[in-house]
Amino acid sequence: MSVLLEATDLRRHYQVRAGNGLFAAKATLRAVDGVSLTLAPGRTLGLVGESGCGKSTTGKLVLGLVPPSAGTVRYRGETLPAVGTPAWRGLRRHIQMVYQDPLGALDRRLPVGRQIEEPLAIHEQTTPAERRDRALAAMNNVGLQPHQYDRYPHELSGGQRQRVVLARALMTGPDLLVCDEPISALDVSIQAQVVNLLLDLQEQLGIAYLFISHDLKVVRQVSHDVAVMYLGRIVEQGEAESLFAAPAHPYTRALVSAIPTIGPRRERLLLQGDPPNPVNVPSGCAFHTRCPFATAQCRAESPTLQPMASGRLVACHRVHEPALQVAA
Amino acid sequence: MTAPLVALRGLTVDFENGGRLSRAVDRVDLEIAPGEALGIVGESGSGKSVTWLAALGLLPAKARVSGSVRLEKQELVGVPARVLEDVRGKRIAMIFQDPSSCLNPVHRIGWQLVEALRLHRGLHGKAAEAEALRLLDQVGIADARRRLQDYPHLLSGGLNQRVMIAMALAGQPDLLVADEPTTALDATIQAQILALLSGIRRDTGMALVLISHDLGVVAENVDRVAVMYAGRLVEEAPGADLFGAARHPYTQGLLAALPSLTGPRRRLAAIPGTVPDPWNVPTGCRFAPRCPVAETRCASVPPPARSVGFRHVATCHRQVEAAYSVWSLPQAAE
Repeated sequence: MSVLLEATDLRRHYQVRAGNGLFAAKATLRAVDGVSLTLAPGRTLGLVGESGCGKSTTGKLVLGLVPPSAGTVRYRGETLPAVGTPAWRGLRRHIQMVYQDPLGALDRRLPVGRQIEEPLAIHEQTTPAERRDRALAAMNNVGLQPHQYDRYPHELSGGQRQRVVLARALMTGPDLLVCDEPISALDVSIQAQVVNLLLDLQEQLGIAYLFISHDLKVVRQVSHDVAVMYLGRIVEQGEAESLFAAPAHPYTRALVSAIPTIGPRRERLLLQGDPPNPVNVPSGCAFHTRCPFATAQCRAESPTLQPMASGRLVACHRVHEPALQVAA
Repeated sequence: MTAPLVALRGLTVDFENGGRLSRAVDRVDLEIAPGEALGIVGESGSGKSVTWLAALGLLPAKARVSGSVRLEKQELVGVPARVLEDVRGKRIAMIFQDPSSCLNPVHRIGWQLVEALRLHRGLHGKAAEAEALRLLDQVGIADARRRLQDYPHLLSGGLNQRVMIAMALAGQPDLLVADEPTTALDATIQAQILALLSGIRRDTGMALVLISHDLGVVAENVDRVAVMYAGRLVEEAPGADLFGAARHPYTQGLLAALPSLTGPRRRLAAIPGTVPDPWNVPTGCRFAPRCPVAETRCASVPPPARSVGFRHVATCHRQVEAAYSVWSLPQAAE
């Protein structure tokens, strides 16, 4: 299997003040702390976790928008060039990003058609007529009408704006799209439209997605593989359907069981308390403060991602114990 | 059947905006029994929040509210603010999506709780403080005595929402209106807050109106569900009937648009088009332009509310069968 994107041991640490005031001690916020992932062409990797787990930072690290404190990103086998260099800019036509809030990602004073064309003006030698034709083709691809070319962002609905953002991202023919909560701001009926569109585009164009979301149901719908993050680390990774059907890590189990669903009620693993502050990550396994199965070993030693018999990667000391499976 | 605790009759809300009137809520009839949990489901702009803000007189002056809202025998629409002040907090309390913007950032949690207790229950001094401690305990806040001294910014979103619930409980209300109470919270915290709310209902017998865009949240936490679309009530039924045998094409569409966490992955049935603008709503059925089974009359005649089962009402011209989703038709494929 060829690899499109390979991130190895990515870390992003921020220096912050630990308390209030000018003279508070310095501390390190570990937003991302040793994340490795690979993505094959045309596939989707879902990245899930709660707010502050580092999933968005991971997305930005992959694009080079945030420089890593340590670790490497390789794209088609080549190390990602430094941000701002001509080589990086050339690469950006292959890796595009879609954010949660389309209104924030669009220029309010420019007709959307002009914004869709813009990547061509940057990356390719084209005439205005050519750009317009290709913008109209891209709009057609994402389900926008030609007359919407001259509309301004505020004249479109939320779903249509997100289609504009997608059309713009697709103009340079990328093979990787980093989508950070692309449908979270949309209503249920519109979410389904955009999810279907993303799946269709992948089928037609063979684009790979790094799909970042807190919505487990949507991630399951679009992803081939899923990585679950907690406090800057991946705690579980595997094939989407089997991961959600039989989560192995206690955190994944709690997360999956916390999702309200229609239909028969399931057993719920209710966690106590809030996630710890990422400035002050607990010793050992970061999840031990909320884990119902934590032992002395969990408090002292940090578990590493280990493959299970099924091929699933799990970072938990107790995951192989049969007693744990019964207790859940 | 017991007399309703709260009854909305033909509740209508118009907003005046630059000379044009837009109708945010259109003749809504709803009843809620004592101790009942009612879910209100709808997308943004459906009027699900405005309905309850209007019922409690919390809308700005440019909103025109007509129709009737009765709390037992007491009419709430068009009455002086003095009457509403005796209702808000004491009989009907409300909590909102973003707890940190509802709490006063410059006062300690304890001060704010004691204020609510003084206003609603006339408690002062030691008695108020003891009751504040009991309330924080009731909403599952550990180390309550220390938390009374904290400011809202020191607490997490989940803890702030617990404080808001404690304040709502301060007046011992008969009905709690929770408007998207967990939307701003993470999944594991959402599960905690919803478990807390159902525990409180079990202990106090308080009625609950749970407003949410999340069908899963509503399905797990209420007895009866009302679905709103573009300011109108489109379907109302006991939870199991609504989620198992929806009869309105819009409700069926919402359910078909939802990805699942179990079972085989299927392509989602997306409702085409978008919600109409409030100043430009279709004359007949408001869902007609997006409906796969709309007929000519749907575009011109507003549909009547018809009883389609036990306590099950659908506002639709078409007699859609329960066992059959209009979104599985070939013409509704996209």
